[in-house]
Amino acid sequence: MKVLVCVKRVVDSSSEVVLTDDAQAVDGRYAGFTMSAHEECAVELAVQVAAATGGSATVLTLGDADAVEQLRAALAVGCTEAVHVLADSSTYGPADVAREIAAVAGDFDLVLLGNDAADSGDFQVGIRLAYELGRPVVNGVTNVSVADGIVTASGAGTDGHETYRVPLPAVVTVLEGGVEPRYPTVPGRMKAKKVPIEERSPVASPVGPSRVRLLLPPPAPSNVQVLGKGADAAPAVVDLFEQLGVLSR
Amino acid sequence: MESTPAGEAVEVSREALTFARSLAAEGGGVPVDAVLVGEPSAELAATLAAYGVRRVHALTGEAFASYAGAAWAAGVQDARETSVVVMAAGTPRGNEVMAHVAAREGVAMAANVLSFSGLSPFVVTRQVVGGAALEEMRLADRPAVFTVAGHAVEAAPADVPGSAEVVVRAPAVAEADLVARVVSSEEPEPDLSGTLKSARVVVGAGRGAGSAEGFAELVELTELLGGSLGVSRVVTSLGWRPHHEQVGQTGSRISPELYIPCGISGAIQHWAGCSTAKSILAINTDPEAPMVTKATYAVIGDLHEVVPAINAEIRRRHR
Repeated sequence: MKVLVCVKRVVDSSSEVVLTDDAQAVDGRYAGFTMSAHEECAVELAVQVAAATGGSATVLTLGDADAVEQLRAALAVGCTEAVHVLADSSTYGPADVAREIAAVAGDFDLVLLGNDAADSGDFQVGIRLAYELGRPVVNGVTNVSVADGIVTASGAGTDGHETYRVPLPAVVTVLEGGVEPRYPTVPGRMKAKKVPIEERSPVASPVGPSRVRLLLPPPAPSNVQVLGKGADAAPAVVDLFEQLGVLSR
Repeated sequence: MESTPAGEAVEVSREALTFARSLAAEGGGVPVDAVLVGEPSAELAATLAAYGVRRVHALTGEAFASYAGAAWAAGVQDARETSVVVMAAGTPRGNEVMAHVAAREGVAMAANVLSFSGLSPFVVTRQVVGGAALEEMRLADRPAVFTVAGHAVEAAPADVPGSAEVVVRAPAVAEADLVARVVSSEEPEPDLSGTLKSARVVVGAGRGAGSAEGFAELVELTELLGGSLGVSRVVTSLGWRPHHEQVGQTGSRISPELYIPCGISGAIQHWAGCSTAKSILAINTDPEAPMVTKATYAVIGDLHEVVPAINAEIRRRHR
C-alpha cells in the first residue's frame, strides 16, 4: 500500500527564539532547522507500515527550496519517494496547507502527519486534510498498523489507552513516543542524495495564516534564591521541603 | 466542557468557563452555555451554575457512547445554535474537537489562547513554539473557534450564578462522522504519565544524570518525597528512561507544587512542560543555566553529589 507522510521545516527552537524584523516569523538563521518531533515519529511509522505491507513511503513537504533538507532527512531513514510543493510556507495557513496536501494525497491509502507542528502548534492540518479528502481521521496516536484494509491506531487518551480501527483510505496524526525514530546510516544518507524529488507548484493561492504578528513574552525577572553549593546545601533543601510540606514522611 | 470519571469539572474546563465569562461580559453580557457529552451529575450541574452557565447542552444517544472527534464536533455544532464563539479547554480532546468544528464551519481556529484583545475584529493572543513565542491572530466573527491554554486564567466562580438549565439533545450524526471512533480503551498502566501530571512533587532529570545507571539516587529522592520522576527529551532519546516519563512540549505538561529539575539546562521545549509548577528547585552545576535563572530556588552543584546528600538528610530527619 502507498503511505504518504507530511513533514514541515521548522526552526530548531531548542535555543533562544528570535523573531524576524517584520515579526511575522521565527528567525532561523542562527538556530538552524529541523522537522517536528511528532513528524519524526510519523516518518518512522510510515516506513514501518510500508515495509509491513510491501508498499512504499513517500514524504511530502510544502516549503521553500531549503525544505529539501527535511525531505532528504526522511529519505535517509527509509522513505523512498519525495514530493516538494515549492511555496513560501509562511504565507500559508492550516487550511491552505491541508488543501495543498489533499492535491497530492488522493493516490495514497494512508496519510500520516504530526499531531501539531513545533512552531505553529495549530493542531488542525490533519483534520482539515481529512475533510478535504472526505476520509476518516484519527488524531494523536503513537501506534499505527495496517491489515486487511483496516488501519489500527492507538495512543493515550482521556480514558486510558484508546484504540481506533478505521477503513482505508484514512488520515492519521501521530504523537511522539510510540516509536523510536531511527538514525540515518551513512549508506542511507548517500542513497537519499540520489533520490529524484518531484517538484510541484501549489494548486491554489493561499488565504494566509490569520496572523497579525508574533511577539516574545516579556522575560521574567530572575528571583532565584540560591540555597547553597554542592552537598553542603542538603540541610537547607530539606528545610525547604518541610516548609513546603512536600515530605511524605 | 470536560469532567472527571467521578463527574467533577476538570480545572482546565473551569478555567475555560472563567475565560468565556470575561469574553461574554466584554460582549455586553451575552449568556454562556456549556456543551457536554452525557447528562451532568448533580455536582457538575452545581459547578456549572456556580461558574455562570445559563444552559447546559447534554449530548446523549448512541452516537456519543464512545469518543469520535467528528461526531462530537457535530454535536457541538448542533448545540451552538446562534452562539458566535465556540471554545474549549486546550486539552488534546479540546483541540481536536475544536479543529473539527473549525474545519466544518470553514473558519480559522486558534489553539492555546491566553487572552483576547478586541472583539471587532476578534483578535486573540496564543502560545506558539511551545510557549516560547506568542501570536496575535485574527478570528472569524461567527463563529470564533479557539481553545484556552492551561492556566491562561485562574478558575473563579461567577459573582452571579447561572441557572445551568439542562437541555438534553440527541442530534442525528452522519455515519461518516462515526467511522473514526474509539473501539476500545484500556486502563493506563500505573506508572504512565497520568501519575506525573497529577503528582504533588516531580523530580526531574536531564543529561546531567550521565547514564541509565545514574538514576538510582534520583529514584530514591522521588520515593522519599512520594513523587514522580520526569525526564527531559534527551534522556528518552538516549534510551535511559521511557518516553512516558518525558516532561515537555512533546511529553507531559506538569503543574506540581514542587518541581526539582536536576541536571536539566532548561531548553524551551522542556520549560513548556514545567513552567506552571508552583515552585521550582533547580540543581545544576551551571548557575547561568536557564532552568536555574527561572527557578524559585537553586542549588549549584553536581546532582550526583547534591542528591545523595539530600537523601541522607531526609533519612536522618525522618527515619
